[in-house]
Amino acid sequence: MRDAFVAALLERGTADPKIMLLTGDLGYHLFDAFSRACPGRYVNCGVAEQGMLGLAAGLALTSFRPIVYSITPFTTYRIMEQIRVDACYHNLPIIIVGIGSGYAYGNLGPTHHSCEDIAMMRSLPNMAVVCPSDAWEVRAALREALKRDSPTYLRLGKRGEPILRGGYPSGFQIGKAIILREGRDVSIVACGAIVGEALIAADALDAHGVQAQVVSMHTVKPIDERMLHEAFTRFRMVVTLEEHSTIGGLGGAVAEWMADNNMWKHETPLLRLGSPDAFFREAGERHYILEQLGLTGKHVAERIRSALQH
Amino acid sequence: MAHDGRCSHLASSLSCIDILTALYWGVLRHDPHRPLALDRDRFILSKGHGASALYATLALRGYFPEKLLDDFAQDGSALAEHPPAGLLAGVEAATGSLGHGLPIGTGIAMAGRQVRLDYRTFVLMSDGETNEGSVWEAAALASEQRLNRLCVIVDANGWQGIDRARDSVDTLIAKFKAFGWWTVAINGHSPLMCSMIDLAGSYSQPTAFVAETVKGKGITFMEDDQLWHYRSPNTDETARALAELASA
Repeated sequence: MRDAFVAALLERGTADPKIMLLTGDLGYHLFDAFSRACPGRYVNCGVAEQGMLGLAAGLALTSFRPIVYSITPFTTYRIMEQIRVDACYHNLPIIIVGIGSGYAYGNLGPTHHSCEDIAMMRSLPNMAVVCPSDAWEVRAALREALKRDSPTYLRLGKRGEPILRGGYPSGFQIGKAIILREGRDVSIVACGAIVGEALIAADALDAHGVQAQVVSMHTVKPIDERMLHEAFTRFRMVVTLEEHSTIGGLGGAVAEWMADNNMWKHETPLLRLGSPDAFFREAGERHYILEQLGLTGKHVAERIRSALQH
Repeated sequence: MAHDGRCSHLASSLSCIDILTALYWGVLRHDPHRPLALDRDRFILSKGHGASALYATLALRGYFPEKLLDDFAQDGSALAEHPPAGLLAGVEAATGSLGHGLPIGTGIAMAGRQVRLDYRTFVLMSDGETNEGSVWEAAALASEQRLNRLCVIVDANGWQGIDRARDSVDTLIAKFKAFGWWTVAINGHSPLMCSMIDLAGSYSQPTAFVAETVKGKGITFMEDDQLWHYRSPNTDETARALAELASA
C-alpha cells in the first residue's frame, strides 16, 4: 500500500501544483522522485507532528492541498487536537495519511500499533475516514480524497498486502462500499488490509456450505448506508471485521447505524470482530498477532460458523 | 464589551491592544474592503483570548460594522470569546487553543514563498502561550526553512493563567535567538514599535519581537493584577474604567 501511495502521489503531484507532501521525518527515500518532480512541495517537518499539522493548515488556508504523512499513531493520536481545531474546525482540504495501521508494525510494539485511530478520527466533524483494502484502493482513495474540500483521513497498511482485484477500481467513490465477493448467507463487511482475511474466510466458509459476501467498506465515515441496509435485510448475519478495536471503529459505526435505523425488526444478528480492548504487548509480526487475536481468515471463518450455530 | 458579555480576559486584551493598533494602522498591508486579497499581510491572534481587542480593531478598521461589537459574547453572535472559523472578515484563523497560531502562520508564510507572493505573516502570542511545545516545533521549522516573511510578536505581560509567566522577556529573547530568529525586545505600548515591527521581512531569518507590556494596561486598578485575567468588570468598575480611559 505504501508503494501505491507513493506512486499515486507522484502522479497527482506532477499534475497539480497545489499538492504538497509533509512528512514527520518518515519515509526513507520514499519521496525522492516526488521531491525532484515537485520542487518546494516536499517538506520534512522533522519529528514534530503538531507543527506539521499546523503547517498543513496554514498551507491549506492559502489554497494548497497538503498531505501529511507518518506512522499512524503519530498522525492521529499524537496530534488529535491539532487535527480537530486546525483541520476539522477550519474545514480544510488536508489529507492525513497514517501508514502501517493496525498491527502492520507488529514487532515495534503498542507505541506503533493503531487500533483506536478510526474511533478518534470518525468522531471529528467534517472528517472522512477512508481505509483502503489493497494497493488499488489506495490509488483510488488518494485521487478521490484530493477532490474533497474537507479533511480526509487515509488509513493505510504498510506493504506486501494481497492485491484483491485485477486493476484500478473504476467508479470508486468515497462513501460507496465495494462488493468483492458475492454471497447469500452472511455478509462480511470489512475495512483496510484485513479485507484480505475476509476473503480467505469466505473461501473457508464455502467449504462448509456457507456462502459469504465480502464487502470492502473502505469508507467508515460517511458510511455506505445503502450497503448496510441491504446487508441487514438480505443476509442471515452481518459480520464486521477490522484491524481496530471493536470500540468505535467499523463495528461500532455499524452497531450505531443498526440502532438508529431500527434494524432489530429484521432480526439479523451482528457479529463484530476486531481487536480487543487491550494492548498487544508481546513481540510479534502482524500475522502472528492476528492469529493470537483470532482475526486471520481461518479464525474468522470458525468464529462465523460458531456464531451461526447459536 | 467585557461587561455586557460578562467575559473574562479583559486584561489580556488591554495588554495587546496597542500592538494591534500599531499593526492595523501602521504596519500591515491590508484593505478591509478586500479581506481575501491574495497579497494581503496576514495577522493571526494566536492568543485567542484577546479576541475582544481583535474585534474592536477590525471593526474600527472597517472589516465589519462597529455595531456588531455590541453583540460580543451574546447568544447567537459570531463574536465569541475566541475568534471563530469562517464567520468574520479579517479573522484569518480560529484560535483559542494556545500554540496553534505559529504553526498555521508558518504554513501561510511557506505558501507565500512557494507562490512568490511577498506578503508578511504576523503572529501575536502571549508569553504564557510559549509554554506550548507546538510553538517551538514551528519556531524550529520556520527558522530551518528561512521563512523570513514570518514575524512573531510576543505580548509579554508577565502573567499566565494562574501564575507569573514562566519565561522573562530576556529568556524569551534568548530562546528565539537560539532557534535562529532575528529577535529584539520592544515596548508594546509605545507608538515607536511601528517602525520596529515594520523591520519584519528585511532579514534572512524570521523575526521575533518580544513586546514588554502591562496586563490590564490603561486601567489603574487592573494593571498587573492577575485577578482581571478571569474577572469581568461590574457596572461600577466599568464606569470607572471608561472614565479613566476617556481622561487618558
